[in-house]
Amino acid sequence: MNAPTLNPPPPPPSPYSSALGKANIEQHTLSVLVDNEPGVLARVVGLFSGRGYNIESLTVAEVAHGEHLSRITIVTSGPPEAIEQIGHQLERLVPIHKVTDLTLHARAIERELAMVKVRGKGDDRVEALRLADAFRARVIDATTESFVFELTGNADKIDQFVELMRPIGLVEVSRTGVAAISRGPEPI
Amino acid sequence: MSKQMTGAEMVVEALKDQGADTLFGYPGGAVLPIYDAIFQQNFVKHVLVRHEQGAAHAAEGYARSSGKVGVLLVTSGPGATNTVTGLTDALMDSIPLVCITGQVPTHLIGSDAFQECDTVGITRHCTKHNYLVRSIEDLPRILHEAFYVASSGRPGPVVIDIPKDVQFATGTYHGPKNIQHKTYQPQVKGDLAKIRHAVEMMAAAKKPVFYTGGGVINSGPEASALLCELVKLTGFPITSTLMGLGAYPASGSNWLGMLGMHGTYEANHTMHDCDLMIAVGARFDDRITGRLDAFSPGSKKIHIDIDPSSINKNVKVDLGVIGDVAHVLEDMVRIWRTSAPQVDAGALKQWWKQIDTWRERKSLAYRPSKETIKPQHAIQRLYELTKDRDTYITTEVGQHQMWAAQHYHFEKPNRWMTSGGLGTMGYGLPAAIGVQMAHPQALVIDIAGEASVLMNMQEMSTALQYRLPVKIFILNNEYMGMVRQWQELLHGGRYSESYSEALPDFVKLAEAYGAVGIRCSDPDKLDDAIMEMINSPKAVIFDCVVEKAENCFPMIPSGKAHNEMILAELSDDAGVEIGSIIDERGKLLV
Ligand SMILES: Cc1cc2nc3c(=O)[nH]c(=O)nc-3n(C[C@H](O)[C@H](O)[C@H](O)COP(=O)(O)OP(=O)(O)OC[C@H]3O[C@@H](n4cnc5c(N)ncnc54)[C@H](O)[C@@H]3O)c2cc1C
Ligand SMILES: Cc1ncc(C[n+]2csc(CCOP(=O)(O)OP(=O)(O)O)c2C)c(N)n1
Ligand SMILES: [Mg+2]
Repeated sequence: MNAPTLNPPPPPPSPYSSALGKANIEQHTLSVLVDNEPGVLARVVGLFSGRGYNIESLTVAEVAHGEHLSRITIVTSGPPEAIEQIGHQLERLVPIHKVTDLTLHARAIERELAMVKVRGKGDDRVEALRLADAFRARVIDATTESFVFELTGNADKIDQFVELMRPIGLVEVSRTGVAAISRGPEPI
Repeated sequence: MSKQMTGAEMVVEALKDQGADTLFGYPGGAVLPIYDAIFQQNFVKHVLVRHEQGAAHAAEGYARSSGKVGVLLVTSGPGATNTVTGLTDALMDSIPLVCITGQVPTHLIGSDAFQECDTVGITRHCTKHNYLVRSIEDLPRILHEAFYVASSGRPGPVVIDIPKDVQFATGTYHGPKNIQHKTYQPQVKGDLAKIRHAVEMMAAAKKPVFYTGGGVINSGPEASALLCELVKLTGFPITSTLMGLGAYPASGSNWLGMLGMHGTYEANHTMHDCDLMIAVGARFDDRITGRLDAFSPGSKKIHIDIDPSSINKNVKVDLGVIGDVAHVLEDMVRIWRTSAPQVDAGALKQWWKQIDTWRERKSLAYRPSKETIKPQHAIQRLYELTKDRDTYITTEVGQHQMWAAQHYHFEKPNRWMTSGGLGTMGYGLPAAIGVQMAHPQALVIDIAGEASVLMNMQEMSTALQYRLPVKIFILNNEYMGMVRQWQELLHGGRYSESYSEALPDFVKLAEAYGAVGIRCSDPDKLDDAIMEMINSPKAVIFDCVVEKAENCFPMIPSGKAHNEMILAELSDDAGVEIGSIIDERGKLLV
């Protein structure tokens, strides 16, 4: 399988972007605590699409069942001013408890889980298992001509693993997106 | 306090408990139970509009002129979708609305039932918040929460979508109590250290200016009073956005007039050259800033706003104070008084001298005419003849709106209702109806364009039904004048589709509705005609036939800086060359 090389053409110059335009792009991980009510995810995603913000990855799950609290982890990118805006815009949504920029404030630990399907025979199988071992990936399914590996780590590690599997016989990848938490004893 | 009743009765009960005595609406299948509950009570007065967009704008006019939450009630499907423009308008201009929509019964949701639409999905982007009520247990809480969310913090529209089965269901009603919202608690009190810092910056300023906006109006009359006090204490000049007109009286000696694209020469130059800008409840809209990288390049900026996302959104500021205008200004006035700072009186005097030279340009001047009514002249006469009355002005959108902002002068807040952020043609007539409902004895005038007013003309019937004597003052130039002006300036005078063809005879139209029609095209007869309008006890459509090709100046062309304004003199002899003032980049902008 050939990975499509994504080289999007540069966006047309926005007449409004003069102040923000050439600023350095940063990647930030935001943690958003929300009331787990219907439509809350649509509000968050709609905010990003409506205001033209990037979503690199998004995960969501309930984290406190009794209080109906869900935690959304969003990895986004943009100039620092835009990231600050994103935080404030999220805070405007009524069912949102708290928005924390983990990249800015919390030396966050970030993890993602991936399942990677690889097809191959002979030496390719040996090589795949050897690499999996080096990456602490587990085999969770196997046939005579394929493996499915399970791997956790930060997004870079997973990217790297996937790239290494590509020439061996990468079939497909399923990733959870990033979950993140701050270091130390305090909550966000 | 807690009583058993149906969902429909709860709606009416909650309106009572919230003091919402006026409701703008239009019935349909999915709200019949609520209409039945309305029929059986006397507290809430229902105003039947002729189009649901009209209900939304009427509720906006009601809200903006009274400081209360505007309420509307519409049916599912087309009733709900017809409100979308009004909801978006209210969102852009921070107007508190509660919009109750009927929905198909819960078990039919998602089945493409008759008159079903995904109301919460559709309105998610044009409301501050919205709710689909899934059970009768949730209804009382949601009703009260909606009023809280609509009116606190930065106000905005809230939709409550109520399926028909929930309206019929019986449950326990609770009053509003002091509902503490779980997540939504906007900060109203400003950080005192920051306010102190702001006072220090103000005391040190040599060329300061107050730039105030709709947030002062949102904050209530108290905020306007405090603003006037602060202006008096400091002696600083003050300008305002379109949305903030009336917060500081136009007769006040520190008033520079409106700023921005069609603002005065003195206001825009003061903004450009100042060394300290104090933004109060204003959001640095592109009609204000013009070219962002040339916006007031030499100034330090303080920004007071209740919405943290407004601060640093378009323009980076040096000091952001999050809080409600009235609360922050109260602290600011107190701190200024107690610290009695030494201002640089010499520098301020110099600054005012400079401002006076800008004022001398008389940027609102226009070439008078004896033959035709100049639109600016019409507004000036309207102002002179109504200023001593209890008058409220609404507008449509276009040149007439800008001329109204420039030549009608407001002394008090809540007297000026206009669609600023969305620029919705068709806003003014229904808004006037809403204002008149809130102020039955007042003189309510919609300053209109002949194109805009046709967009919600059907609301004349509403005005007549409730004997609301609103006055529609049409500056009829037989053009979508604002569009024509841009085509003249940017597109070589190719007036593509901007001529108002096949207009109705507005006098006959008024009569057809049972209102009074007046036409005037003679400058000498204008005063008498206006007096006739004012003295009429009925609704009036006034067809004021004005100069067709008049342009609205001054104007900052798109993509230009504040000190690159076009003034009327220049435009008179430059004619076609104006097109060359706006460069290619500017043409891209709206
Ligand atoms: C044809 C046309 C031409 C226009 N030309 C001009 C022009 O020349 N000049 C001009 O000024 N406008 C013009 N406008 C209007 C313009 O588009 C904007 O609507 C307007 O400038 C915004 O005003 P504002 O900054 O006061 O913001 P608003 O939209 O009134 O926003 C209010 C701000 O105050 C904050 N706020 C709200 N409540 C509070 C509170 N209680 N305490 C503290 N802060 C609060 C809000 O968060 C927000 O940031 C024009 C519109 C049209 C349709
Ligand atoms: C609903 C809507 N459609 C289109 C526009 C674009 N637009 C802005 S001003 C204008 C012309 C308004 O004409 P008129 O009401 O006659 O006012 P004038 O400018 O002539 O005073 C138009 C079409 C708008 N603001 N709103
Ligand atoms: Mg017109």
